[in-house]
Amino acid sequence: MNKQTVDLIVIGAGPAGMSAALEATGHGLSVVVLDEQASPGGQIYRNILQADARSRGVLGDDYQAGAGLVAKFLQCGALYLGNAAIWQVTPQRKVHYLIDGRAEVLQGRHVLIATGAFERPMPIPGWTLPGVMTAGAGQILLKSAALVPRQPVLLAGCGPLLYLLAVQYLRAGIAIEALVDTSGRGDLLRAWREIPGALRGWRDLLKGLQLLAELKRAGVRHVRDARDLRIEGQAQASALSFDSGGRRWTIPAPLILLHQGVVPNTQISWSLRLEHDWSEQQLCWIARRDSLGETSLPGIFIAGDGGAIGGAQAALLEGRQAGLAIAASAGKVDSRQLRQRLAHYRKALRRQRAARPLIDAVYRPQQQNRIPADEVIVCRCEDVSAGAIRQHVALGCLGPNQTKAFGRCGMGPCQGRLCGLSVTEIIAEQRQVPAAAVGYYRIRSPLKPITLAQLSTETPFTQEPL
Amino acid sequence: MPAESVFRALGPADQTVQIEFEGASLSVPAGVSLAAALLLSGVTHTRESAVSGRPGAPFCMMGVCFECLVEVDGQANCQACLLPVRAGMRVLRQRGAREFLADGHAEEGADE
Repeated sequence: MNKQTVDLIVIGAGPAGMSAALEATGHGLSVVVLDEQASPGGQIYRNILQADARSRGVLGDDYQAGAGLVAKFLQCGALYLGNAAIWQVTPQRKVHYLIDGRAEVLQGRHVLIATGAFERPMPIPGWTLPGVMTAGAGQILLKSAALVPRQPVLLAGCGPLLYLLAVQYLRAGIAIEALVDTSGRGDLLRAWREIPGALRGWRDLLKGLQLLAELKRAGVRHVRDARDLRIEGQAQASALSFDSGGRRWTIPAPLILLHQGVVPNTQISWSLRLEHDWSEQQLCWIARRDSLGETSLPGIFIAGDGGAIGGAQAALLEGRQAGLAIAASAGKVDSRQLRQRLAHYRKALRRQRAARPLIDAVYRPQQQNRIPADEVIVCRCEDVSAGAIRQHVALGCLGPNQTKAFGRCGMGPCQGRLCGLSVTEIIAEQRQVPAAAVGYYRIRSPLKPITLAQLSTETPFTQEPL
Repeated sequence: MPAESVFRALGPADQTVQIEFEGASLSVPAGVSLAAALLLSGVTHTRESAVSGRPGAPFCMMGVCFECLVEVDGQANCQACLLPVRAGMRVLRQRGAREFLADGHAEEGADE
């Protein structure tokens, strides 16, 4: 059996992964792209190749823009492997994955982690009830299966995706019961005054304001400054109650979609024991890397939202930059070409990143929706409440990793993906220390469920030479 | 068993496939994820918590939350949101913790 080594293994086929593959193959590198989805696009351009004209119209221009990128990617010479579940990445750049029920392993000279973002957990009372999903989930159902809410839907939280989904539902003719916004007009003004250089972000901000204007024109009920959110219902969500404007509201809805921004998917970077820094601006962990995206492990790079949240356009550029740096380290790019192209990408990246501090400030999630009251379940896998975590702290628990021993928090199948940030912040608040001092879970493989039978029959990657 | 779904399809499905959920036959659109198919069919919960029995349902739809774990053709711990539907698939709710041994040695509720 031939044991192949490829120049570059890309994990994830969103904007960052696809553009890295385009850049690297353009310089003659052999590239394999492993993707959890069945077709390329990432979450933002999910299912773009299969979506029909109606769906594309509903999803809008920013979505359609992905079609060209995906088409170019599929012709660039990189080998795309869809429906691949990566369960381990080693510091020696071996990537272990499941595909079609089989376990395979592939050795790369370089690895690019382009695993993107997922939604920040929004632990509020009742958020574990069936009938509550994330706004991202609603959008994925729209993109991948053309499913829409049957009855008027309630959207709650904050951030551009929440507004975008509301507009997409409107275009699809779906009634919106209410948009319950945890941000307010004051947040925008405050951020505008406080952030140096905020004006450079006006273009992105305008997009958000245009979405809001479209909702207003359509007469969508938009309640701002919502506090003390609670999902009502026994076995199923039936309503959302909250405070706003000096009174308590209760709005019935059988489907409630929550959202309060996105955070990097750091599961692989933590499992590699890379250094991570707590970002006070984005309220999440960010893996340390150099300006080209290379981590402290030689040959292992991160690009796109999986590094830090920057959006699709920044992800495209970071992917290009990492692909270029990898090609250069493989000796495929001369130093003049490297300098020229890097200067071009860096300039464009600076422009893309200018708006980010403002967006982060305007849509900063409320503390009460990140560090919830005692009764709220934080770890959904093991049913551990915020109160239980605070009790662990009282007993001497210092950080997320220890909560596992104290009460199994973070030990379920999601391996802390959905509770990790909440647990870090709850413990930091309770101990009155910075989040950075509290740390995170120690993430170990297998990152995805694998059976012993699969593990015992793992074979090297044996596709045709690239 | 399935109630009226909280979701509906924007248009009619080009093709459908038959799958089985908890012994009941469901006709679902081809080419969608198992989680989407179950949601569309009015399945309100897809697992029961290993700790409390609390009903769980697809939540993130992108492989992060593991709330949609189901048993497919005898294989436990399948993420329904990442698994495309396939004709003839036999799906069960994942109930409680997995048994360590598949044969008669394991007792029900062995984690208690």
